[in-house]
Amino acid sequence: MIRWLLLILGGVLLGGIVHLATVIILPRTATQDAYARLTALAPVNTIVALPAPTPEKAVMPFMDPAFASAVCRYDLSQGPLKLTVPVSPAYTSVSFYTRNDVAYYAINDRAAGRRVIELDLMTTAQHDQVPEDEEVTAADRLIVESPTPTGVIAIRALAPEPGLMRAAQAAIAAAKCGTAQPEPPPTPQPRPRR
Amino acid sequence: MRLLLGTLFGLAVAAFVGLGLTYYTLARGAAFGGLTIEGWTAWPKSGTTDADPYVRASIARNGRLPTALGDGVSFTVDSDDDGKILDGRCEVVISGVTPIARFWTLTLYKPDGELVANSTNRYGFTSQEIVRHSDGSFEIVVAPRANSGNWLPTGGVERYELILRLYDTAVGVSTKAGREVPMPDVTTRSCP
Repeated sequence: MIRWLLLILGGVLLGGIVHLATVIILPRTATQDAYARLTALAPVNTIVALPAPTPEKAVMPFMDPAFASAVCRYDLSQGPLKLTVPVSPAYTSVSFYTRNDVAYYAINDRAAGRRVIELDLMTTAQHDQVPEDEEVTAADRLIVESPTPTGVIAIRALAPEPGLMRAAQAAIAAAKCGTAQPEPPPTPQPRPRR
Repeated sequence: MRLLLGTLFGLAVAAFVGLGLTYYTLARGAAFGGLTIEGWTAWPKSGTTDADPYVRASIARNGRLPTALGDGVSFTVDSDDDGKILDGRCEVVISGVTPIARFWTLTLYKPDGELVANSTNRYGFTSQEIVRHSDGSFEIVVAPRANSGNWLPTGGVERYELILRLYDTAVGVSTKAGREVPMPDVTTRSCP
């Protein structure tokens, strides 16, 4: 009798470990997470507008139907990414997710404080390579560090009324996302002759 | 033989308990760090890098992108103020005011996150399109049949949940239930 009780106790303890292990491993093995769903739909480093969710079909569950949305699935291995999003009349937000769908940064139109949300996305290593003086001169440039080399940016514009959905979609459609072109080395200015 | 049988039994108990617990916690959405105000529950941390393993696992499992904290907070309710599960065949009234936010949306979903088909293609309301009383409070009728005022159709589904998303709001990780965060009342008015 004692023997079986001990076995049950041991089993429950081991079960606790199994539980914790499966919870931690699950995000790495999930095949239907948001990133995987978007992989089938969106090529890397370009903006792809998502169709509005309908009862029959939605790219992801729990999408807010009042928003026009687009995603940019990014891969920073080729270099930093430049993102520009013109704000819509009502409310625009840009949210950044890691490869495992963890939100690590978000900014909205009011926080950006301009007509266009402009920022550079890079890994920590790439950020370290940015010359410091350049960072100072480009103080108005917003730099976001991605914890993972790949991930997803979700760009969303609110249509406060159904009639404004078109305006929201138009704002999203003008958004751009792409690897920053390496700036050409400054051509030496010919010295003015005396 | 007894040893082998005992080991197998122990392992079977472990597998059952471990996988059962995982399934239960993820299916029920029983994550820690939830913020419950008057029946509405939010996980503000799920929109940050502080998200715990349970939140991460549940996000990976159901395939959504969580609302990032810099964007907003989403509050979910699946039962009325008396604890009765929301039923799409009943008439439920959402009334009152919301915490301060630049915009909010209220959307009706099936428990798996799908929208509910209906003849008017209305899946929710935004803070701008809602008709309000003179004191700023509002009343939304969630019912299978057409209703005057703010009518949110349920399509007669058995179970549903409502998500109130506050955008550009001060509500967040450090928020506690109180007078600054008034949530709308959820009342079942009549059931067939």
